[in-house]
Amino acid sequence: MISILKKRSDIILLLVFAAVVASGPVLFQPIGAGYPDLLQKFAIFGIFAIGFNILFGLTGYLSFGHAAFLGVGSYTAVWTFKLLSMNPIPALILAVIAGGLFSLLIGWVSMRRSGIYFSILTLAFAQMSYNLAYSVLTPITNGETGLQLAQSDPRVLDVAFGRDYGAVLPTPDLFGINLSGYPGYYFCGALLIVCFYISIRIFRSPFGMMLRAVKSNQNRMNYTGLNTRPYALAAFVISGMFAGLAGGLLAVTDPLAGAERMQWTASGEIVLMTILGGSGTLLGPVIGAGVIKYFENIFSAFNENILLNMFSFFPEPLQHAAAWVAGLFVGEGWHLTLGALFMIIVIFLPGGLMEGAHKIINLFRRKTDSDGPQKSADSAPAPAE
Amino acid sequence: MDVFLPQILNGLDKGAAYALIALGLTLIFGTLGVVNFAHGALFMLGAFCAVTMKALLGLEKVTLDPTQTTAWGTPLEIRVPYIETWLGDFGLLLLEYSVPVSLILAIPVMLIIGVTMERGLIRHFYHRTHAEQILVTFGLAIVLQEIVKSFFGANPIPQPAPDIVSGSADIGMLLGLDPGTIVYPMWRMVYLTFSGVVIASVFAFLQFTTFGMVVRAGMADRETVGLLGIDIDKKFTIVFGLAAVVAGIAGVMYTPILSPDYHMGMDFLVLSFVVVVVGGMGSLGGAVAAGFLLGILQSFASMNEVKTILPGIDQIIIYLVAIIILLVRPRGLMGRKGVMES
Amino acid sequence: MTDFKVNRRGLMKGAAAVGVGLSAPQFFVSGANAYTNEPTGGSVTLGFNVPQTRAYADEGADELRAYELAVEHLNGGGDGGMLNTFSSKALTGNGVLGKKVEYVTGDTQTLSDAARASAKRMIEKDGAVMITGGSSSGVAIAVQGLCQDAGVIFMAGLTHSNDTTGKDKRANGFRHFFNTEMTGAALAPVLKNAFGEDRRVYHLTSDYTWGWSQEGSIQKYTEPFGWETAAAVRTPVGAGDFSQYITPVLNSGADVLVLNHYGKDMVNSLPQAVQFGLRDKQVNGKNFEIVVPLFSRLMAQGAGDAIKGIFGSTNWNWSLQDEGSKAFVKSFGQKYGIPPSQAAHTCYCQTILYADAAERAGTFRPSELGKALEDFSFDGLGNGPTDYRGSDHQCFKDVLVVKGKEEPASQHDLLEVVEVTPRAQVEYPADLLGGELGPYNDGA
Repeated sequence: MISILKKRSDIILLLVFAAVVASGPVLFQPIGAGYPDLLQKFAIFGIFAIGFNILFGLTGYLSFGHAAFLGVGSYTAVWTFKLLSMNPIPALILAVIAGGLFSLLIGWVSMRRSGIYFSILTLAFAQMSYNLAYSVLTPITNGETGLQLAQSDPRVLDVAFGRDYGAVLPTPDLFGINLSGYPGYYFCGALLIVCFYISIRIFRSPFGMMLRAVKSNQNRMNYTGLNTRPYALAAFVISGMFAGLAGGLLAVTDPLAGAERMQWTASGEIVLMTILGGSGTLLGPVIGAGVIKYFENIFSAFNENILLNMFSFFPEPLQHAAAWVAGLFVGEGWHLTLGALFMIIVIFLPGGLMEGAHKIINLFRRKTDSDGPQKSADSAPAPAE
Repeated sequence: MDVFLPQILNGLDKGAAYALIALGLTLIFGTLGVVNFAHGALFMLGAFCAVTMKALLGLEKVTLDPTQTTAWGTPLEIRVPYIETWLGDFGLLLLEYSVPVSLILAIPVMLIIGVTMERGLIRHFYHRTHAEQILVTFGLAIVLQEIVKSFFGANPIPQPAPDIVSGSADIGMLLGLDPGTIVYPMWRMVYLTFSGVVIASVFAFLQFTTFGMVVRAGMADRETVGLLGIDIDKKFTIVFGLAAVVAGIAGVMYTPILSPDYHMGMDFLVLSFVVVVVGGMGSLGGAVAAGFLLGILQSFASMNEVKTILPGIDQIIIYLVAIIILLVRPRGLMGRKGVMES
Repeated sequence: MTDFKVNRRGLMKGAAAVGVGLSAPQFFVSGANAYTNEPTGGSVTLGFNVPQTRAYADEGADELRAYELAVEHLNGGGDGGMLNTFSSKALTGNGVLGKKVEYVTGDTQTLSDAARASAKRMIEKDGAVMITGGSSSGVAIAVQGLCQDAGVIFMAGLTHSNDTTGKDKRANGFRHFFNTEMTGAALAPVLKNAFGEDRRVYHLTSDYTWGWSQEGSIQKYTEPFGWETAAAVRTPVGAGDFSQYITPVLNSGADVLVLNHYGKDMVNSLPQAVQFGLRDKQVNGKNFEIVVPLFSRLMAQGAGDAIKGIFGSTNWNWSLQDEGSKAFVKSFGQKYGIPPSQAAHTCYCQTILYADAAERAGTFRPSELGKALEDFSFDGLGNGPTDYRGSDHQCFKDVLVVKGKEEPASQHDLLEVVEVTPRAQVEYPADLLGGELGPYNDGA
């Protein structure tokens, strides 16, 4: 059977993925993550990570400046809201285009170099964007405060279609459906599924093969007379468009765009998400994004009070001792847990969380499964040089 | 002249900080092939050696004075440093000189930290991908930072320079200019001199000792050196320790200029990476040259005359220069072909 | 064609799954509430959103201490603190409106996105009916906008930019802290008396909205009596080493340096300026002076001896001797062993003011509770008679002009109050700073 999704396993994967996304609010409820904002973040950063993985996971080009495209996407979306319409569709289309154009520009220059030189070039571009957006470009970006909607914005298209928001500050809505809360999550979730599907397609296509070839040995590719740079650049632009979409979605679910979205730490975060989940795997980056966002939002929320309640079954002195020890890792210490997690994962599971998952699955299935090894081939780390 | 000279000094000063961190970073790159995102944290740990030293020297005997109370009604605590009671004026002198004195603490501590890190963690990552090296060292940096934060809090902790060098000196007079033309803080001059000495020592060590020769050979061709029957791994452990010490003592001496806080390593990390790459991967001379070059350019870009023509240029100059250099010279100022390019 | 079918079927299945999912959230959206997170049980939840990581983590920790203390006092625990000195007696130590006060905490990381995510978690997951806290204006404005959209009240923590209750003001947001406009108005006369009328000023300004606004207000209030601006130079936030910006000051002919830096920038730039010998300098026959418009006592510890004799302003200082301040310092000091910072003070006050307004309005509904805060006059919270102006939701009260103490008695005793500038002198018309409050939003 020649199908676009070549293997049945891919179809199953996509269906399971869609089912998980659809049942997100119920599924993540028990771990305290079943509320709209965090679910939206899961979906949005999932999209960002899927896009980053197309570049890094397939070609091995490690970009340290992807946050710039996220930021550009957000700024574009908010400006579209301000100038054209509160409908997310034009905003997202323009955000993707802006992310694509900006990544084309930066990629075209940066792809002239490879390895760490490429990484530093992308980092330099992103840091310049961030520093300028924070200060000199304030008329466009509203600097530290971040670009916000105002009641007096022109919104040309809305006016043309006769929509009036009255005295209230408008929020983005899809033909009347307000996109904060759960509808916003399902909007992002649907796009996440689409992006995941695109990612599967790219992974299985000849184009994806070409990108993998770039990773394994670019020189050999070049010797065969094939210019690999257009392929790598295409991957860069695609991932830039994903980032632009994610940035646009951030603005759709929460119409504010700040410069800090472009800082190197944000670029670093997406790298960490991808590696943590398992770069080069389909699911890994999405999982990595989810884990980091979960830590950021849930682990930071524990305070002494909650901990004391948690350990209330202990006798008094022990209760305080336990709360103190746990307090080092949660609340204001949540960074410590995150750092330790990075180390543990990479020391014991070089292929990221996905390798862990495969190890567990293989433990049950042993060698009977023909799919297993093939999948783990995806996740196996590429040999260093 | 009176405009440019101080800016050159500023640039050299800044450059010295960049160069010292970049030196260790590029040593680790060049010899071990490891991308060490925890290097900024080593700089921070060095700075906190100074904080610890001052805290140790400043340990106070607390006595309660029941005749006086605090604003919330508890008896006032009278605090006297133990060292003052034990050693009298010499004790106070030690306390005043705590920053240079803490070098004595920082060198062994950083060496131990460096060697432990290499033996315990980094060694297992020689043959892993750069991405994994980044993840593990970044994780380590966060853990180290958070440990420091849990002991010392998040606020910067001031570390004054000894009184004798805490003020400023009229450098201009030494050069025959009018008094008051060029006044420069003395501690910054001390720092500059110190950096010069450290950089020169590292180069001399690598240039003139057998050990250094082996390390340089290892940087050029690790496999061949290994085939010659030289235990290159052990040598590399020492190199890592050395890099940690250089970062650490740079951190110690920088504290009077920049009050240390737990996050300072991250602030320097990105810049020092840019410096290393602009200098050229695996090139010690390149790292030092790039450090000073970027430091001086940053100082010049901050001058009002420049900023009026190009607003915001001081915010991006380092990155702009990095991009231009990497586009003109593919492997940075002095990089070698094939290092960290794939 | 067959390819397409398989694919389409897959997609349709996916779409069906999404459809099933879409109907699911109905369980979670309860449309019964009259306003967002109306407390229905025996307790009410407040959201304390403070920086717990990055540069302002210590300030955030101090804010959190104040919040915990406030909650304790509201629920009738401890010695009651400023509840005893507060002019309004609506609060009785029996919670608020008979409901026990509970709280949730979160980390703003001093980043707008993180702060909004954290506040959203409190609103969507934990059912917080009010959000408060923060240590920078960017975050305050971002969270204020969010609270307006979500339909909960935002009681700003430490935020000094004009925009919070100016250009970016929102009906659901309230600020107790002062702003750059008031700093300029309070500081200028003191500077005139101390340094004279004929001065040339060099500004070093953090390159973001707060810095610009601070620089502008100092110029606005000092230029009328004759101070001239020699230069105003923007410095990148978080520059660390400011030497390249300080050296040009030396030979600029200026005799006053105004450091429009806050927090970590100030901790670095001030000692560096002193190291460059600025304070030992004589220019135009006068002593060179340095001014730091906004002091944070907590962060100023990081500047060491450099702050001695430096003028600045602050919202509150623990050395104040009025009954409210004394009561607050006493209960805070007894609980934590250290005196509270101005950030802690403003956060404590905001919590009490919110609870009191709820009690007087008889509801937590933002529109009614907000009305109870508007033009509310009170006393006994440490700043003297204070007025919550209705037209911009900004508190007006006396402003403290302070100076770094020459002989500090302890590591906390860094500032001495030079003058308490009366409220009348720092008041400005509400429309001066622009912006629109808009209507209240009660949400769901």
